[in-house]
Amino acid sequence: MIPVNRVVDEIPARLDPESAEWLRMLAVTGPQQDTALARLHEMLLRIAQRETRRRGPRMLIAGPELEDLAYQAAADALMAITAKLSQFRGESRFTTWAYRFVILEVSAKLGRHFWRRPDVRLEAEEWDRLPGRFGFEPARESEWRDLLAAVRRAVDTELTARQREVFVAIVVNDVPLDALAVRLDSNRNALYKMMFDARRKLRAALAANGYLDDDDSGHS
Amino acid sequence: MNGWSALDRFLRTDPRDVGCAEAMEMLHVYVDVVAAGGGAEERYPGIAAHLRACGPCGEDFEALLAAVRDDAG
Repeated sequence: MIPVNRVVDEIPARLDPESAEWLRMLAVTGPQQDTALARLHEMLLRIAQRETRRRGPRMLIAGPELEDLAYQAAADALMAITAKLSQFRGESRFTTWAYRFVILEVSAKLGRHFWRRPDVRLEAEEWDRLPGRFGFEPARESEWRDLLAAVRRAVDTELTARQREVFVAIVVNDVPLDALAVRLDSNRNALYKMMFDARRKLRAALAANGYLDDDDSGHS
Repeated sequence: MNGWSALDRFLRTDPRDVGCAEAMEMLHVYVDVVAAGGGAEERYPGIAAHLRACGPCGEDFEALLAAVRDDAG
């Protein structure tokens, strides 16, 4: 646990009273700290349970397994929060800062859990599912067939091998970003940046061939 | 939305997009500004651009915002 004087001395002046109270209670070893930790754990668990129940069905997780995952996420988040308490600088409310830990834990744990599904194979390329991913209607295939063939050509010719691997996994095979990060021993940020560059390249190739317009401002 | 516009939107990139690491680092600050109704998109355009484009970070943002609003409600 963080030494008392270190946390209390560093409580920012602009902190709202409730956040300051959390810091004071968590910093002082004893019954007050135990009460604060128990209350915080209860709050984290409630959020973890809600998030796992909301996201679980998509990952084909339910029942006790989902409940276990929520408990693990809350426990790990509480540990991270107490370890990083001195890093809280009062830029937000304390509880908002703390809740972020449990939500990121839920995301990471669900990503790891994804690979327990028996039907998941990273190597498969399910290109026939691509139209459905973007909502192209089968009845109007004559209108989009050429476009999607051009997308596939651009994926094969414009992207690096690694970009292609990531694009196919995420877009074609519908592997969640966090799950792919686990499998490739990478992280969400690195894979997102790879996808960002891949999207830019693909759009440029499709625009050069007249399938999409040239405007890539992306501002909305 | 039809397939063309969905694909077009997916392939568009915003140069202001800060990426996952920076967006997640500042997520609690961003969420508190949103919850207070205080123009988060104007103050943090790079984070706003990222949350629009990144599914997992967007989902984490919505989850954190829901948790904060639950407390307030």
